[in-house]
Amino acid sequence: MIVNVLFYVFGAILVLTALGVITARNPVHCALFLVAAFLNSAVIWLLLEAEFLAVTLIVVYVGAVMVLWLFVVMMMDVDLAKLRQGFTRYAPLGALIALIVVAQIGLVVYVKQLGIDTGGAPVPKPEGYSNTLELGKLLYTQYLYPFEIAAVILLVAIVAAITLTMRQREGQKVQDIGRQVAVRARDRVRVVKMKAVKPDAEVNQ
Amino acid sequence: MIPLSHVLLLSGILFSLSVAGIFLNRKNVLLLLMCIELMLLSVNFNFIAFAHHLDDLSGQVFVFFILTVAAAESAIGLAILVVLFRQRSSINVEDLGAMRG
Repeated sequence: MIVNVLFYVFGAILVLTALGVITARNPVHCALFLVAAFLNSAVIWLLLEAEFLAVTLIVVYVGAVMVLWLFVVMMMDVDLAKLRQGFTRYAPLGALIALIVVAQIGLVVYVKQLGIDTGGAPVPKPEGYSNTLELGKLLYTQYLYPFEIAAVILLVAIVAAITLTMRQREGQKVQDIGRQVAVRARDRVRVVKMKAVKPDAEVNQ
Repeated sequence: MIPLSHVLLLSGILFSLSVAGIFLNRKNVLLLLMCIELMLLSVNFNFIAFAHHLDDLSGQVFVFFILTVAAAESAIGLAILVVLFRQRSSINVEDLGAMRG
């Protein structure tokens, strides 16, 4: 019962934070609302017994991706007033579309009932059941190939992000490592052979 | 126990809010990307709800892959956005007509 109450409380907060994401004036606030939405969904995923994914959502999404977002949002000096033009003009259309989508999904869920809700609760997990262990077993056996493709996708994303954002500024002084390594001592120091000269006695006086 | 239909409805509300967000913030590329993140999150809800109710972990594996692809997508999207902002000093969708698509 407590699970149900928690689900409705966190679901309500989730909907409110999603509203914040789409209506906040400042993009930084939007990003922070999105962080709150991710945290609330992590709690709901915990209630749905997806413990590993809930922790992954917090660590990967809130910890890494949203920090990247905040960096980019704060780096850009955006003219907000211009971007907000037409916000209210399209608000009724947006609300209408949202209502239609909700009504459609609600109809599918409630009219069809999917035949699943009626068939008993899922079996409670035995003592010592580990979601992470089971997920790992599945991931490294049945889904090994997709898992490795996912790793390659992440690698491609890293390479793409770096090559896109890297640039050479004009007039910047940079090291040329190859030339530094290839240099010889004789290019830099000139050894001059000359005879030792006796100081002139008269000059010294 | 949480009824399946309530989770599905919550994810539907989340999805429709992000669709509405795309209509509202259609000039700001940054917010459009955020709404897409929200959409992916709501889809993950469906997968997790069904994985719980059908007692099948494959749904959670799929959520894992969706999270991976979404992270890659936001990294590349933000990189493109940074390059775009450097060149045009604007992230307004109306200024991005170079390709005349």
